[in-house]
Amino acid sequence: MATVEHKHPNYIAIWLYLAALTGVELVVALLHFLPRHWLIGALVFLAIWKAGLVALYFMHLKFEPKRLVIMILAPLPLAVIMVLFILQEFHR
Amino acid sequence: MSHAATHPAAPAEEGLGVYTQKLGMWVFLCSEIMFFTALIGSYIILRWGSSESWPVPQQTLNIPVTAFNTFVLICSSVSMVKAYAAAVHDDQAGLKRWLILTVLLGASFVGVQAYEYTHLIEKGFTPSSGLFGSTFYTMTGFHGFHVSCGVISMAWCTMRAFQGKYAGGKFHGIETIGLYWHFVDLVWIILFTIVYLF
Repeated sequence: MATVEHKHPNYIAIWLYLAALTGVELVVALLHFLPRHWLIGALVFLAIWKAGLVALYFMHLKFEPKRLVIMILAPLPLAVIMVLFILQEFHR
Repeated sequence: MSHAATHPAAPAEEGLGVYTQKLGMWVFLCSEIMFFTALIGSYIILRWGSSESWPVPQQTLNIPVTAFNTFVLICSSVSMVKAYAAAVHDDQAGLKRWLILTVLLGASFVGVQAYEYTHLIEKGFTPSSGLFGSTFYTMTGFHGFHVSCGVISMAWCTMRAFQGKYAGGKFHGIETIGLYWHFVDLVWIILFTIVYLF
């Protein structure tokens, strides 16, 4: 049976990190100092950063076997491809 | 029947190197990734493909209240992972304390969302208020439903913790429900950005 073989990360530090990134998101979104395209890019980047922290450290993906990680990440490129291809419809 | 009796079952293969409960939860979460991708993808396509002018979310929605709610959900993820760490170390008092906090924070999130919905509907922003209204309530509603299911499951786990079901380092149940809870937090991080901040 699988057991916990990794050390626990500093969860409180990750929490502070996430809270700080949420603060940055709000500043970027509400102060309107970036052009629209840069704003969307920055917010997507910050959201992926936060989601990555949750997945890696709270869901322990960083410490899981590679085969499991590959299985979990497999749907993501497919999801992105689906959205990008359908979006092409609106840029004709 | 006689076949089974004379030939003992072959030992199970190791598979992905994780216990079955956790693997099952991950497979379920993979299907949830596709479910929420369909919702978020539909929103993106409807919003940027829409011929009608799209309302500015920051003028319709209450961003400070939702930002606070986002923080509440992040806090609940931390309390959940602390409950898991307590279960691993067989710290029963810590496990109960962190689980209770997680249930309270999760229930608070749902409560704040109900408050937000009430005020939006009073202001006339309903699921019938155009594409934005229908997509907003569909996405946040399904997410709220997931949080509610998580709160109920967590309350059940808390009850089991008080019965000593996780004593002796039996952490698998806590880790498995924790995966679901963190996933719900992760989805909200994406939803908050796309629905409220864009």
